[in-house]
Amino acid sequence: MSTTSTTTVTNPAPADQDPAGTAPARRPRRRGENSLATTLTSHGVLTVASLIALFPIVWLVYLSLGPDKDDYLHPEDIWGKMTLDNYAFVLQHTPFFDWLKSTLVVSLGTTVIGVMVAATTGYAVSRMRFPGYRKFMWVLLVTQMFPVAVLMVPMYEILGELQLIDSYLGLVLVYCSTAVPYCAWLLKGYFDTIPFEIDEAGRVDGLSPFGTFFRLILPLAKPGLAVAAFYSFITAFGEVAFASTFLLSDTKYTFAVGLQSFVSEHDAQRNLMAATAVLVAIPVSAFFYLVQKNLVTGLTAGGTKG
Amino acid sequence: MTVVVDRATGKRRGDRAPRPGPLQRLKHAYQKYWYAYAMTAPVVVVLGVLVLYPLVRGIYLTFTDATSLNSARTIGVNHIDATYEFIGLDNYADILWGPTAYDRFWSHFVWTIVWTALCVLLHYAIGLGLALLLNQKLRGRTLYRLILVLPWAVPTFVTVFGWRFMLADAGIINSLLDAVHLPSPLWLEDTFWQRFAAIMVNTWCGVPFMMVSLLGGLQSIDAVLYEAAEMDGANAWQRFRHVTLPGLRSVSSTVVLLGIIWTFNQFAIIFLLFGNTAPDAQILVTWAYQLGFGQQPRDYAQSAAYGVLLLSILIVFTSVYRRWLARNEQQLAS
Repeated sequence: MSTTSTTTVTNPAPADQDPAGTAPARRPRRRGENSLATTLTSHGVLTVASLIALFPIVWLVYLSLGPDKDDYLHPEDIWGKMTLDNYAFVLQHTPFFDWLKSTLVVSLGTTVIGVMVAATTGYAVSRMRFPGYRKFMWVLLVTQMFPVAVLMVPMYEILGELQLIDSYLGLVLVYCSTAVPYCAWLLKGYFDTIPFEIDEAGRVDGLSPFGTFFRLILPLAKPGLAVAAFYSFITAFGEVAFASTFLLSDTKYTFAVGLQSFVSEHDAQRNLMAATAVLVAIPVSAFFYLVQKNLVTGLTAGGTKG
Repeated sequence: MTVVVDRATGKRRGDRAPRPGPLQRLKHAYQKYWYAYAMTAPVVVVLGVLVLYPLVRGIYLTFTDATSLNSARTIGVNHIDATYEFIGLDNYADILWGPTAYDRFWSHFVWTIVWTALCVLLHYAIGLGLALLLNQKLRGRTLYRLILVLPWAVPTFVTVFGWRFMLADAGIINSLLDAVHLPSPLWLEDTFWQRFAAIMVNTWCGVPFMMVSLLGGLQSIDAVLYEAAEMDGANAWQRFRHVTLPGLRSVSSTVVLLGIIWTFNQFAIIFLLFGNTAPDAQILVTWAYQLGFGQQPRDYAQSAAYGVLLLSILIVFTSVYRRWLARNEQQLAS
């Protein structure tokens, strides 16, 4: 169009003019602004990355709509015969709700116990230079390195003696032993960012160290607590090795174990498996996006001061 | 001499006082720090009962020949006592240089190292790249971020099944490769491609954590530093090299260490991707699990011995890593 072409030639300001008076021909780029090419490349790369991140999940959802167990081999046929039958079948004829119940009991139990224990520890380590605290932090880090194999056998024996095999409590305790150390590290970092003048003020007003912690520090540390809670929840929700070994009766399976049983038990009914997987993913992802706002702040507080 | 002020009590530490006797010192320490100990007590108890005791017991098991056939067990109403015996260091000797030790241990060991190095490298590189892209003023970057953390949001055991559908012989990936006339490998059967697939899936799962952590690190770098660098005429690469990377140092050192530990111990992905079908693609952790719980009779002693070896590798590595970090920091400071 003629109008667009004129706008480009209307202000051909000579470069050697007084820079203060006239507008320059090309607006200088401000800091943080990119040229068009950079922006386009960024968008391009991010779009490709997003597609890669999305695709396996979208594909799983798509396959879950196919009615036949071999439909995943002929994905183009699914388009014509999409149905929600798989979901109906999973909800009505499989122990889906039993699994849901045990998963929630185990995950929420781990979250509540884990965050409580980790918060007091994190606070103690952050505020009080008690003898042995450096070694203590080191021990917490070392427990992160424990491969499942080293603890599995003895834990199996101990839980067996305590009659805790095939019980929720046993699994919650086992998960706490992995979730608590990391959460304590994370929360220690978060508590470090809360100025300790607040503690002093609390003490001047006559609060005990516990009172300071519960009334002043905990409310201030909510983002950090959210991250710790999320981490514990996810750890417990997605754990496979311990759950496969310690849970025996199929009504007590968590989803991580239950989903595997589809392959053998129902002779690889992949359509049902995909439908269950989608149903499982929904609550967790919802939970994730609820706390994700706090995720960045909480994690970096833990990361930078770790 | 520095005087440390205890941040909870406001008391000064480090002032010199005549050293009291050991019992009095203990009493004194107790009076001064009892609440700190009270607050850490729950963790100590949980870790002691559920980590330390099993660990000691596990280490003891490695010196025995315990299997599921000679351990204490209850069949119906009959209780059979354990009959395994103490055999000293035989398990370790057998794993490290017994017959076929190469196939059983060393090949898995090498593959575990390669797996850890490649995965963490890919996690970090891709995570940093995406974090840098997300850290600029860009339309819709919140949306991008929400989508990119999705692999982290959805539990691993769900996404791994998604990948299994895609990697199956006639799955979508091979169909696509066929369509563009590329060879379609047997992802879940051929050793090399199994390993390739494992690294690919793990990279896909692990990048969001790195990305989010590094993005947080980037946002905490003071913008003034970039301004100053620009005033001094630093180009984009120099700003990245001399402002961004040093600014990310503390975040990086933590997340890389955690990444290495987690990847080294990564159980779920390989276990769920291959089950018991791929002996050559098992890393040490899944291999040890297979010995202890994935076969009959279950070889508890060897499995625990693998676990102890793994743990020692990690502890040695972490100590070296931390010492290296501390030395680097000193060099920077001087």
